[in-house]
Amino acid sequence: MDKKYEILPHMADGKFRAYGRNLEEALGQAALAMVSLMWDWEKIKPVVKEAIQLEASSPEQLTVKFLTELIYLLEVKSFLLGRVEKIRIEEKPQNGKKIYRLEAEVFGDRISPQYEIYGQVKAVTYNEMKIEKNEDGLVLQVVVDM
Amino acid sequence: MELVRISEFIWEIPKSGEMRVPARIYASEKLIELAKRDQTLSQARNVACLPGIHRMSYVMPDAHQGYGFPIGGVAAFDLDEGIISPGGVGYDINCGVRLLRTDYKESDITARRKELLAEIFKEVPAGVGKGGITKLSRNVLKEILVKGAEWAVEQGYGTAEDLDRTEEHGRMKDASWEFISDRAMERGIPQLGTLGAGNHFLEIQKVDEIYDAEVARAFGINEKGQVLVMIHCGSRGLGHQIATDYIELMENKFGFKGLPDRELINAPFKSDLGQRYYKSMCAAVNYAFANRQMIAHWVRDVFAKVMGSSKGMRQIYDVCHNVAKVEKHTVNGKEKLLCVHRKGATRSFGPGRPEIPEVYCQVGQPVLIPGSMGTASYVLVGTKEAEEMSFSSTAHGAGRVMSRNEALRRFRGEQIRDELAKKGVELKATSWKGVAEEASAAYKDVDEVVRVSHETKLGKLVARLVPIGVMKG
Repeated sequence: MDKKYEILPHMADGKFRAYGRNLEEALGQAALAMVSLMWDWEKIKPVVKEAIQLEASSPEQLTVKFLTELIYLLEVKSFLLGRVEKIRIEEKPQNGKKIYRLEAEVFGDRISPQYEIYGQVKAVTYNEMKIEKNEDGLVLQVVVDM
Repeated sequence: MELVRISEFIWEIPKSGEMRVPARIYASEKLIELAKRDQTLSQARNVACLPGIHRMSYVMPDAHQGYGFPIGGVAAFDLDEGIISPGGVGYDINCGVRLLRTDYKESDITARRKELLAEIFKEVPAGVGKGGITKLSRNVLKEILVKGAEWAVEQGYGTAEDLDRTEEHGRMKDASWEFISDRAMERGIPQLGTLGAGNHFLEIQKVDEIYDAEVARAFGINEKGQVLVMIHCGSRGLGHQIATDYIELMENKFGFKGLPDRELINAPFKSDLGQRYYKSMCAAVNYAFANRQMIAHWVRDVFAKVMGSSKGMRQIYDVCHNVAKVEKHTVNGKEKLLCVHRKGATRSFGPGRPEIPEVYCQVGQPVLIPGSMGTASYVLVGTKEAEEMSFSSTAHGAGRVMSRNEALRRFRGEQIRDELAKKGVELKATSWKGVAEEASAAYKDVDEVVRVSHETKLGKLVARLVPIGVMKG
């Protein structure tokens, strides 16, 4: 998978920008960007599959929930993300509001001594979060608490 | 933004626009310059706009930019008209510090220093994704969330005396697990009794300097060279998930329109959602107290095994520096219960406050300020003056001045280990890259931070501690 993200300087925590033609692609890149603050995802063997399903009330909330899910998978299932396969986002109306439903398949491996984990993302924040259109699609900026 | 210098160490942003109260910053010239470089000051101003805030939005000397509230921010809200905000507590609920004294001198442990640290490293799980040694059932976790460190002591981790020397006796009585999500519970189950990673650490330290011999003696600090153990960690994934969950719930319920920053999301303290967050936050505080209680117990076990005895290894105190608490304070000449948010700030009660342990009632509460890896940490004592100045609060640590990226570019973990070794400090870590990110040069000068605390009387200097052995997650 190509790397289409950049890690930006941030005084206390982790900040990155992820790029994609649409929100799906940008979120996939954001996932790789976030885990790159904790481990080298390119070194993780894609031998374990995890499925993610969630709902949110805005693209920003969807971003927080999707990335938080990866922290959950790390802490509860010892899952190290190495690859993001399919991500699908559906927008649906619900009680007069829009609901964003995400389904994703991610691949990776369980924690083992062969992998170095050098950082810890505690939480995903809304601080300085930006979802902006550019010529090629979308830029997604996220700050995570470390 | 207008910033007025009131005195050598006091600065104020006068009330203007949406601000309900002024903002006040305690800082030296050097520290205020650092605060001006990021959003600390505008965040302090934003906090001053929140409903029900009393007196002032305060900023401690070690402050830096946070999410919504600055790190090092203190704000007290009215229980009837005011709010509670997860962003005013922080993601790592009850991140805090525990300090144990010993009867050992540095010379007693020099020969066994390596062994001590290696054994502690073996006994105390640390690092990312590293589970605790205890397999918890959900029912036991619920008990821990309600009972905190009391649960740990009932299970044989430490003694009742430890509870007497812990903020809130190691148990927030308003805690409830009922409003905590499954996700948060699941993250809490494997992580009890673990140190975690990032800026969290466990250090074997020695007393380097004593500034106030009388107060130091009351705390059990007797002489230079005396060995102590400091533990710095929090409520792990459980607390992080509770913060994340309630930010979402409050946003869905109240929206963030009209808020200058999305992370200032809040709920009226007395509202259903406000109370649910408050009780869940108290439960996370309890989890963190139990966590540090267990780690402290294992450290004593290691001393008993390696040194032959853990006699005299008494707890000095345990403080939380990310928390919201209901406390009595005087506002406009009247005593009032307020919800005091301390985000990266340490409570600093002076002599006579009923909340502090009886043994410290004459001198004031011990305030524990951890430095960055390999640098000095401090013991301060709370003051009566701090009640008027900051709702009894002072600094909590050093605060970063360099990004993790930059630290990674500039330092190597192995090189830091070698430099520390030259200074006589042993280092054990789960990742060398992680060590480089936490290089002490990436942090503010903690000496300057405590100097301002001392000069302003927010918390007065008692002793300076330096590491002999450092364990990083």
